[in-house]
Amino acid sequence: MKLPIMGAALLAAVVTLAAGPLTAQSPPQDDSEKEIERYRQMLSDPFSNPGFLAVDRGEALWAEKRGTKNVSLEGCDLGEGPGKLEGAFAKLPRHFADADKVMDTEQRLLWCMDKLQGLDTKEVVLRRFSGPARASDMEDLVAFIANKSSEMKIEPPLSHPKEKEMAAVGEALFYTRGGVNDFSCATCHAEEGKRIRLQGLPNLSVKGKTAQETMGSWPTYRVSQSALRTMQHRLWDCYRQQRWPVPEYGSEALTALTVFLQKQAEGGEIKVPSIKR
Amino acid sequence: MIKVRIPLAALPLAALLLAAGSATAQDRPSQAVIDAYLKSTFGKASAEWQARIKPDDSLSVCNVTRNNPSSAQSDEMVKRESARVVYPADGKFLGNWKNGYQVANNGRGGQFSDPAGTVAGGNCFACHQLDPKEVSYGTLGPSLAAYGKDRKYDPETIKDAYTKIYNSMAVVPCSNMPRFGVNKVLDEQQIKDVMAYLFDPESPVNK
Repeated sequence: MKLPIMGAALLAAVVTLAAGPLTAQSPPQDDSEKEIERYRQMLSDPFSNPGFLAVDRGEALWAEKRGTKNVSLEGCDLGEGPGKLEGAFAKLPRHFADADKVMDTEQRLLWCMDKLQGLDTKEVVLRRFSGPARASDMEDLVAFIANKSSEMKIEPPLSHPKEKEMAAVGEALFYTRGGVNDFSCATCHAEEGKRIRLQGLPNLSVKGKTAQETMGSWPTYRVSQSALRTMQHRLWDCYRQQRWPVPEYGSEALTALTVFLQKQAEGGEIKVPSIKR
Repeated sequence: MIKVRIPLAALPLAALLLAAGSATAQDRPSQAVIDAYLKSTFGKASAEWQARIKPDDSLSVCNVTRNNPSSAQSDEMVKRESARVVYPADGKFLGNWKNGYQVANNGRGGQFSDPAGTVAGGNCFACHQLDPKEVSYGTLGPSLAAYGKDRKYDPETIKDAYTKIYNSMAVVPCSNMPRFGVNKVLDEQQIKDVMAYLFDPESPVNK
């Protein structure tokens, strides 16, 4: 069991660096972010990123016969045709005619598990996020599928009316304030160069490089959590920090926000799974 | 003067006002469509939790205008929010700065992961510089280092700061700062303690 130890070592390195030499004159963010970026470069070797274990587990799960119909997910259509994975993640979320619904990767996977495999997804959703000694099929499958679009460009399809509605609603939700602190996504992600404590905050209110780098790097291996996390987890955690109620997994507002964020990140290069604090 | 209720009736007006501003804000879907998405995503939470994301009159304006209310909306908001500020009955605004530091440094409370009964903090350091010796501070809000000292501990300014913490929107319409008193995140004593952290000459903020 080498991995948890490795994760802890990485965490220690990153935390130490984040608390490195800081002065009031030079913004602490710059120094620590630079050091973290340096470590990201060092860690970019696939053999050092435990996120690739999730990719491997996802590959096995994809081919495993499960459910009452005892079939694999290989017949699942993620938008590019049944079983065709290359480039599919780059265009998700998207509209699916068979469901007449805009779905993100998770929603589509759950749909395929239900309709194709006859698999009871309740238990899968219960394990939507991995914990210590408890893997998540969803995290592993998304890591595998996303990795098949690595090095490709984010290409949100925004032609179907429902895709357009999703983007517009996602944008409105980005600016919708609530919870006991009146926070919205925009409270933290609508200005350049801001940070919470020492944590730099990407400005996602404008299209371009920051949004591209942010969206192009999910799913990611979170060193601090020793787990591979997908955008579902990131949005769930953002709403937790915003003091909103618990969002349903694979629900409409999360997909709408993802469509909006993909639109902001259009043209960005996907490099996944990445590795972050 | 007729009191305008913003949420539904004034949406077309808001859209017109926005025409001069952000181009994309015009494309805001109807509130009914947005609400349907919110319901499918948060609708299984308890009624108490759902009530927390039901915007009041002021927040509705902020949402529709993306925090850029018209001057008429701003005037109305300041008036409405000012009426919601409850000042200490004993007339004293400053508590204990050491307790205030704990409140300013505490980011717990109000999250769905918090156990019931968790005492909430103000989490001021998340967004503001306070004690200049503390390097881990956020920049979403302005620096508050030397806050009381720079203001010469002026009594009127002290009252204004209390107003700001109790209800930021009574001072700045659609302020990004939480309305700590109005939303019952902090109680009166906690606000007084944070006030002391800002204004007490012995507080590290003013050293």
